[in-house]
Amino acid sequence: MNHWIIAPVLLPAVLGALAVLVARHDILLQRVIGLGGTLALAVLALVLICSTTLTGPEVYFLGDWPAPFGIVLVLDRLSALMLLLTAALALPVTLYAIGTGWDARGRHFHALFQFQLMGLNGAFLTGDAFNLFVFFEVLLIASYGLMIHGGGRNRLKAGVQYVAFNLVGSTLFLFALATIYSVTGTLNMADLAQKVATLPEGDAALIRVGAVMLLLVFAIKGALVPVQFWLPGTYANAPGPVAALFAVMTKVGAYSVIRVYTLIFPPVTPATGTMFADLILPAGLVTLILGALGVLGARSVGRMVAFAAIASMGTLFTAISVFSQAGTTAALYYLLHSTLATAAMFLIADLAVSRRGSGSLAEARPSTPQSGLIAALFFAGAIAMAGMPPLSGFLGKLLILDATRGDMMLVWPVILITSLLMIVGFAQAGSLLFWKSSAIPAEPDPEPEDPPAALPFVAVGLLLMLLTGLTVFAGPLTAWLGTTVAELHAPAPYIAANALPVGG
Amino acid sequence: MSFWPKKGKDQPFRRRPGRPQKDWIAPLMSPALIAALPFLGALLPGLMIRAGRDACALSAAFFTGLALLMLGLNVPTVLAGGVVETRIDWLPQIGLNANFRLDGLGLMFAGLILGIGLLIILYARFYLSKADPMGQFFTYLMLFQGAMVGIVLSDNILLLLVFWELTSLSSFLLIGYWKHLPEGRQGARMALTVTGLGGLSMIAGMLILGQIAGSYDLSVILTQKAAIQSSPLYVPALLLILLGCFTKSAQFPFHFWLPRAMAAPTPVSAYLHSATMVKAGIFLMARLWPVLAGTEAWFYIVATTGLVTLLVGAKIALFKDDLKALLAYSTVSHLGLITMLLGFGTAEAATVAVFHILNHASFKAALFMTAGIVDHEAHTRNIRRLGGLRHLMPITFVIGTIGALAMAGIPPLNGFLSKEMMLEETTHVVWAGQAWLVPLLATIGALLSAAYSYRFIAHVFLGPVRDDYPHKPHDPGLGFWAAPALLCAIAVVGGLAPMALFGWIVDAGATAVTGEAVHVHLKLWHGVTPALWMSIIALLGGLVVLAAFAPLDRLWLAAPKPDAKRMFDGVVGGIRRASLGMTDRLHDGSMSRAFAIGTAAMLAAGLWAFLGGAYVPGTRIGAPMDPLAVAGWLLLVAATVALLFLHRNRLLALLLLGIVGLIVSVTFAYLSAPDLALTQISVEVVTIILLLLALNFLPKETPRESSPSRRGRDAVLAGAVGLAVGALAYALMTRDFAFPSIAAFHIDNAKPGGGGTNIVNVILVDFRGYDTYGELTVLGIAALVIHALAEALLKGGAANDRLLAWKPETPEAGDRHPMMLVVVTRILLPLILMVGVFIFLRGHNQPGGGFVAGLVIAIGFVMQYMASGFGWAAARMRIDFHVLIALGILIATATGAGAWFNGLPFLTSAYGYVHLPPLEEFELATAALFDLGVFLAVLGAVMLALASISRLAVRAGETVNARPFDIDPSDRRG
Repeated sequence: MNHWIIAPVLLPAVLGALAVLVARHDILLQRVIGLGGTLALAVLALVLICSTTLTGPEVYFLGDWPAPFGIVLVLDRLSALMLLLTAALALPVTLYAIGTGWDARGRHFHALFQFQLMGLNGAFLTGDAFNLFVFFEVLLIASYGLMIHGGGRNRLKAGVQYVAFNLVGSTLFLFALATIYSVTGTLNMADLAQKVATLPEGDAALIRVGAVMLLLVFAIKGALVPVQFWLPGTYANAPGPVAALFAVMTKVGAYSVIRVYTLIFPPVTPATGTMFADLILPAGLVTLILGALGVLGARSVGRMVAFAAIASMGTLFTAISVFSQAGTTAALYYLLHSTLATAAMFLIADLAVSRRGSGSLAEARPSTPQSGLIAALFFAGAIAMAGMPPLSGFLGKLLILDATRGDMMLVWPVILITSLLMIVGFAQAGSLLFWKSSAIPAEPDPEPEDPPAALPFVAVGLLLMLLTGLTVFAGPLTAWLGTTVAELHAPAPYIAANALPVGG
Repeated sequence: MSFWPKKGKDQPFRRRPGRPQKDWIAPLMSPALIAALPFLGALLPGLMIRAGRDACALSAAFFTGLALLMLGLNVPTVLAGGVVETRIDWLPQIGLNANFRLDGLGLMFAGLILGIGLLIILYARFYLSKADPMGQFFTYLMLFQGAMVGIVLSDNILLLLVFWELTSLSSFLLIGYWKHLPEGRQGARMALTVTGLGGLSMIAGMLILGQIAGSYDLSVILTQKAAIQSSPLYVPALLLILLGCFTKSAQFPFHFWLPRAMAAPTPVSAYLHSATMVKAGIFLMARLWPVLAGTEAWFYIVATTGLVTLLVGAKIALFKDDLKALLAYSTVSHLGLITMLLGFGTAEAATVAVFHILNHASFKAALFMTAGIVDHEAHTRNIRRLGGLRHLMPITFVIGTIGALAMAGIPPLNGFLSKEMMLEETTHVVWAGQAWLVPLLATIGALLSAAYSYRFIAHVFLGPVRDDYPHKPHDPGLGFWAAPALLCAIAVVGGLAPMALFGWIVDAGATAVTGEAVHVHLKLWHGVTPALWMSIIALLGGLVVLAAFAPLDRLWLAAPKPDAKRMFDGVVGGIRRASLGMTDRLHDGSMSRAFAIGTAAMLAAGLWAFLGGAYVPGTRIGAPMDPLAVAGWLLLVAATVALLFLHRNRLLALLLLGIVGLIVSVTFAYLSAPDLALTQISVEVVTIILLLLALNFLPKETPRESSPSRRGRDAVLAGAVGLAVGALAYALMTRDFAFPSIAAFHIDNAKPGGGGTNIVNVILVDFRGYDTYGELTVLGIAALVIHALAEALLKGGAANDRLLAWKPETPEAGDRHPMMLVVVTRILLPLILMVGVFIFLRGHNQPGGGFVAGLVIAIGFVMQYMASGFGWAAARMRIDFHVLIALGILIATATGAGAWFNGLPFLTSAYGYVHLPPLEEFELATAALFDLGVFLAVLGAVMLALASISRLAVRAGETVNARPFDIDPSDRRG
């Protein structure tokens, strides 16, 4: 048995505990733990993705109990990919938090950050529906702590909304799991896949209710209309690096939808059929429109990026709703892109806002040090978010457009017009932030500031480099993703790896 | 992947005799490299500016020149009819590959872009002032140049789209280069919006085109004329692609962005609006001409749009007083002319279009540069403030005049040739049955064109010298005027010896456009043809118009004109306002609306899902109604209903909540789940205590904030959801599992596999110990968050101020720590500790376990804090609760990981029976160690939460008592 599979959960758990135990009075030690942890996680994720690419899905039977009676972790290409994405995001975000000193503005930043990673990794690895709930809780509570990190009236206010909305989601999750368990008598996802497919007809209505409630839970996480309300306030008020890390939080919802609705409730399921596609497609498109309009109409930089994040989730769910080889491949590519792009944009926005002293887009303020460099980064970030060439957002959109030919008349105009809205929105904001400000003479600085830290720029640069990598190696990457998706749509190896009892 | 240029498949490729191509030179000549060079060059100017402005310009020029040289090396191949290709796989899954091709058309355009680019770099070096950041300028310029070269050398139309959008983006930077000017910023945004719109529509068009043709490579698409034109998707694809071309090439009604883009520095205008950006649309129409042209739809859309643009642009240009605006609209007009020629759909007209592209680029770039020189020297480019410059700026005068005469189409300049050929083509065109219409309108266009060209000369250079120029003008240095002079020379030579200068490239370009072998005969004199008469009418008519300019101008000024900027701003502003409403009003942070919408959605989705599937009610028979159960149920309902009415009193609400929790615990016990009952009751106690502490800081009453109608809405929603959940629960509880559930396995294996007879505990610490592991972390994290939150509140700021100013709403009792309570709690402490340990130890076989034990012991400590005061208790509690939490997690992890040493997975338990005299035989299980982790984490979490809330109390004025009691009876003695 490959014990490395559980390491992505245990490593941050131990480091988080250690950060509390030995390092709670020393920020440097916390930083070492935090940075070391994310680095190690990145290496680990790379090892795991190579391993699963070579060997196929692997199952880790916790407590050595056979499936479906105990809990299993399943490492397949998709979960390994999500692990790698999380690690690739966590590293620059940690660097940024250290470089800007955000981590020292409240207690326990690095501990909570590690616990957040534990929750994320646990959610990506688990092969058990109830365990998914548990790790949703881990990542929710840690994210709440990170969100209100540093305090402040607006942040706490937004935090209450965030946690309240997510508690509703947790409750719904329990309802959904109770329903699904009461009908099928099992919680193991592979087992569920088999049982749901052969469910007696009289149970169809109830399993449909359970499945749709589950979908809504994931929709809350993924900020899909009409349960997206928590996102703008949360992201706009969260500390910059935390908002950047949250770029992957919404993807947990997307990941779960892909996992559950290709494995347990694929479109061939007699009870549910294509009902999820029918729900997700309109919701995704409306989310996209709402997000794009939000980018155009936002009054602050933070909210603008938050709405761009909503738009990217809309795009992502639109691609997911196709539930085809091409559609899911496009969705995964776009998922990678939009996570990194959103994170980069939140960091860049934080750079600009922290120097400018205000995120308001109502008026121009005097230009600030390094505004040229930040403007260039903003330009690149906006290109990525709006899906313009040459960055990966454009390729992602092309993949999605190509995959949605069947619904061309409906999907294409929405995707293309919202792109334009976002371009206009970002152009307006960028021109106000960086161009108009140059017409205002800079305020004389009363005292020379500390030399600006390079670390935040390194962090943003890392993210942009990753985006460039996605662009340049789009071909091989998409080929790899294609195999991943083929595994998702034909999950026999995944189910077989669980070694379920025959006839059970 | 091949980086080596291949010979064209269709065209025979001849090597020039006597000069065998060496292998090393082949990759250097790759079109991919030519397109990449400007991008590589874009990196340099930003750095080289540190070495000086000359070095900066030279670095840009070097890469441009290098690319031009590479292009030149390919000329023999292309002229021989070859097509040089480079193919690099990029995203083959959707047919997006870095495939480049260099044929006649690409050669011509790339030559224009790079050649004029070189001149622009020279010109810009002298144009930009020291205050302008030149490094940025050349970086943007090179990016733009690379994007343009990319467009014209792409074989893959998706790759072409990439470059297409890049020109929009880089031109945004160039137009907004003078970022302090509001016109520059607005012009840049407008250009980006309009060309961005076109670009996006073109994405759709290209995707459809590729679908019809079965490939995104031009080398395939260009052979699919029949398939494309017969496809039902031809018209949509055509419209979408043309929208892209028309917006880029500023065709009516999208022409308005181009003059606004004139806020850019003049080198930018000269580059973008003579040879490059606006020619991209033209290029694409020419590129796809073989497969898209020749249909009625093409003719009527393209030719008509071109004709209207020709006229509208020319008319507006005539009356513009700003030199650059005049040139901008003249550009619009000439682009219309070229579009019209392409729209005619005949090979001859397309050839003329190709020729005019070259001519227009040469004289228009020269004219823009002239305007820039005038502006630079006289500090104005307002025609009304100029005049008489021929005396002061003789060199500029000559250059400007030659350029303007070429634009007017005066023989023997190159403009005359293409204009006459254009007029000739119009005579063959029948528009909707009318043979006279197009020639007449084209002649009018040519006439206006001549008129504004004359005006450019007459009102700027001719006339008397004035004494009120903003700045006394004089001719600039050679470097500044060399570039336009060279372009004028081309205009002259091109007119006199057209075959030598242009013949070969027009042949190559037109051959590529039309797909037929074209051999043009360019000459000045065609004999007395209708076109000659039309030309003469236009040239003479232009003079008449110029003579009558003053009255015409008054008419023009009096006429109402649609203001494109206002309309554009109106549309964009309208959308923006609408979205402002959406973002601000809908996402204002209102929780009650968000929840109402979310809940309604959940309800609707659930109902929809239920109704869409078959439902067979379950067959389980309910348990008999026990009076005890009914009483409990009634109590639960009563408490809940009372809560609805009394919830504004927070203390009462909490008490009612306590009742609900209590009934739930009792229900668990009643339903034979003692573990759950025990856990639930401990959790209740701890939660209520913590909430009571928190309530201390809140007002006693919740204010009434929502309107009756909103409460009504919420009542309906909440009632419906409650009913739905109740119904769901009923449906689930009255049915059996569809399949045997996993519970049977747990019952069978708890003792033999997990070593415990308490199945619930074995599930918690063994079967699903991993869930517990997650949840104990959740508890620990929650406590850390509470601690961090309290810290943040105490850090200073509004919350801290409020705490400092906090006054209890009701008077406090004088005796905060009554002696009786203190004494009792102290006696109780060891008892509770022992109970805790007992509960912990029996957990594996009897109800209990680490979770409950942690809570019980926490209650014991909490009692001390409550009775004796926080300060007193804290001083005696020497453990930092952080340590407990961390240790809990670490112990649980270590226990789980211990299994690794036996080669077993995480959390695999082991147990054995130990006999230690004099004790009875007892069991040792690793699960107990794991449970210890749970115990510590729970205890630590509760205590840390308590301590954090207490710290707020201290900040709010709670004093720390030095002695255990406020009123010590022993004091009374004396």
